[in-house]
Amino acid sequence: MNPPVLAVPAQLLPAREQMAFTLIFHIVFVPFGVALPTMMLIANYKGLRRNDSVALRLARRWSHAAGLLFAVGAASGTVLSFEMGLLWPGLTGRFGEVFGLPFAIEGLGFFLEAILVAVYIFGWRRMRPWTHFWLGLPIPFVALAGAFSIISANAWMNQPAGFELGPNGEITAVDPLSAIFNDALWYELLHFVLAAYMAAAFTLASIYVVGWLRGRRDRYHRLGILIPLTIGAVLTPIQFVVGDLAAVAVFEDQPAKFAAMEVVTTSGTDQPEVLYGIYDSATNTVRGGISIPGLDSLLAGNSVDTYVPGLDQYPDAKPSNVTIVHWAFDTMAGIGTVLLLLAFWFGVAYWRKRDVPGNRVFLWFAASAGVLTYIAVECGWIVTEVGRQPWIVYNIMRTEDAVTDTAAGTLWISFTVILLLYLSLAAGTIGVLRAMSRRWRASDRTEDEDAVYGPRPEVLR
Amino acid sequence: MSAATAVAAVMVLAITLYACTGLADHGAGIWDLTAGGRDRGRRPRSLIDNAITPVWEANHVWLIYLLVLCWTAFGSAFASIMTTLFVPLAFALLGIVLRAAGFAMSKDAARARVRHLAGWVFGVGSFLTPFWLGTAVGAVVTGRVPTGGWVTPTALLVGVLTVAIGAYVSAVYLLAEAHRTGMPDLIGYFRTRAYLAGGLGALLGVAAAIALRADEKQMYDRLLSRGWPLLIVSVLALTASFLLANGTRVWRLRLVSAAGVAALVWAWAVAQYPYLLPFSLTVSAGAAPAATLHWLLIWFVAALVLVIPALVLLFWLDQRGELHEESAKSLGQVVTDPKGVGHRGQ
Repeated sequence: MNPPVLAVPAQLLPAREQMAFTLIFHIVFVPFGVALPTMMLIANYKGLRRNDSVALRLARRWSHAAGLLFAVGAASGTVLSFEMGLLWPGLTGRFGEVFGLPFAIEGLGFFLEAILVAVYIFGWRRMRPWTHFWLGLPIPFVALAGAFSIISANAWMNQPAGFELGPNGEITAVDPLSAIFNDALWYELLHFVLAAYMAAAFTLASIYVVGWLRGRRDRYHRLGILIPLTIGAVLTPIQFVVGDLAAVAVFEDQPAKFAAMEVVTTSGTDQPEVLYGIYDSATNTVRGGISIPGLDSLLAGNSVDTYVPGLDQYPDAKPSNVTIVHWAFDTMAGIGTVLLLLAFWFGVAYWRKRDVPGNRVFLWFAASAGVLTYIAVECGWIVTEVGRQPWIVYNIMRTEDAVTDTAAGTLWISFTVILLLYLSLAAGTIGVLRAMSRRWRASDRTEDEDAVYGPRPEVLR
Repeated sequence: MSAATAVAAVMVLAITLYACTGLADHGAGIWDLTAGGRDRGRRPRSLIDNAITPVWEANHVWLIYLLVLCWTAFGSAFASIMTTLFVPLAFALLGIVLRAAGFAMSKDAARARVRHLAGWVFGVGSFLTPFWLGTAVGAVVTGRVPTGGWVTPTALLVGVLTVAIGAYVSAVYLLAEAHRTGMPDLIGYFRTRAYLAGGLGALLGVAAAIALRADEKQMYDRLLSRGWPLLIVSVLALTASFLLANGTRVWRLRLVSAAGVAALVWAWAVAQYPYLLPFSLTVSAGAAPAATLHWLLIWFVAALVLVIPALVLLFWLDQRGELHEESAKSLGQVVTDPKGVGHRGQ
């Protein structure tokens, strides 16, 4: 069905680079879209239940940050949906009818989220407090529906299902439901949602930890740390288990990807776990790195006797950048382990003192957790996407068969323009977030922001 | 009606709703761009900002719906459109990113220069997106997909026409907003702009029709022979909205102008049917298998049930003035308490 090796078209590289860059950018906003609403609603509930103006102030500010991040995420998401066609017409043109439905569901989720977020953010001053809260309550669920559908589409690319191929490669017997609920869906979704919640939680917490380290040790910062850090700490051990299950599932579903993740060169049992190291595709060997005997087989199949296929089995369908996949995987797993440590430390310390731990090492650790989780999220995405190469639809369609036939030069220009624009978008977003935080800190000194509900106090008009 | 036709109708509906809402947001961006210096432009800009900020994301989603519907239901047509019209669509995308960048930057009110630059970026984006989207539509209408050579007078004129339509509809909406928020000086301000954009739009419409006759006679004939009732409705509604712009019935004004735009979109749809890409691919020939189409229609019903109440809620709250928390601050001292506001929750 597929000719063994095709001449790689010149437009493949710029198309892949542009897609990779726009996705790396977009993924920054996803955890906030998925998880920040939950934290803001928890703070909102706490504030209303206990008549706690500090919690309400946090909820209100988080909602404004969520609104901005959601708006930028919406724009970069639009770019992605255009790029699905502009860069990969072979994929959407041929397989859109099979895996397009999840995107339609995502459109719906996104729509509802846009509406409800708008109502929630702009409704603080004028609505009745509980009405406002109840209108916000569906947001996390709608966001989950959106995550479900995008992950479903991505999982389908890893484990294509819901169709049959005729003798000439034509698509027959389409079953969109089996396409949506493909085999990779459950582990990709669980792993991703947990990662999104962790990234948003640790990032949010780390912002207030930095303030705490600078001596702003008030109730406002305490709550700002405790609400998200608790969520992050509870989810991290769960993620540890889910991540392991996902790796085992990838071992079974996509052995070539697993071989790249763990840089298994030669098939066999009793495979060592190699940490980092550089893969040389010409000789199919690994230079450097730390080798732990037998561990890889043990992790894949609970026994050192587990047979693990190596990269030697995939001479013309080898992931194109084994070292990148392998490093990304090791970095993700390493950060996950480090965060597990942080979670336990926080758990024990909080259980004993019922407060933010005072240890400075802990605080520095917590302050860097946000950046660490984000690196892990990006690495996880690299493992999934780069690890699937050269397939855009695993074992069915090669990436070079999906790429547009627009001239490579045009694509390099569009990539450059997108790159420059995104830089200004990023600068603008960071600028606004900083301006917001400066404004908030200034208003903390006047205390008038305590009146979260009701019209803005006269002094500010 | 076959499932393929039904899905095509849903797509036309999405285009219609985008033309009546999202396009108007772009029009507002153009009025923002041309509002003049910092002092002169402050009040119209505040009105524009307040009017579109809570709703623009919801209005924008129709475009994403359209893309997704197209690649799911009509994948091969989607691939040829995206390949043939790479350049105009890439430019439309550029506009979308510029708008987002402008939006993000403009919220940093601290520095006037940044704000100025942001407004400029936002305005340029607001021009680019409708122009290039319109050009893409014009190229499809003149049968240039997938044969290429999309640079036709018709395509470019439809592009400019799309900009004018957005500018007109947004001026009408903003004039209604000025009524609602009690800013009488801005009523006349936006009325003038509505007349300007509307007049220009009418000329461009005639020019586009003449160009179409030269570029693709068959489509022109179909537009007149099959689409004429809708064209008449469109012309009547838009003329009526011109007249209503003088009065105070703002809801009627908004609905009538939106109806005029909708009728224009439908006239195009009726003229093009049964072709997806005139005149090489029909709706039924380009459609996905029945299973996919049926699920898309089920999805559409579910979407109606979920989205319509939410959307009604959004616009209802918006029009009651419940979503304008910063208005008092950003509009200066001119605003008295808007009459539409009922309680103020404590």
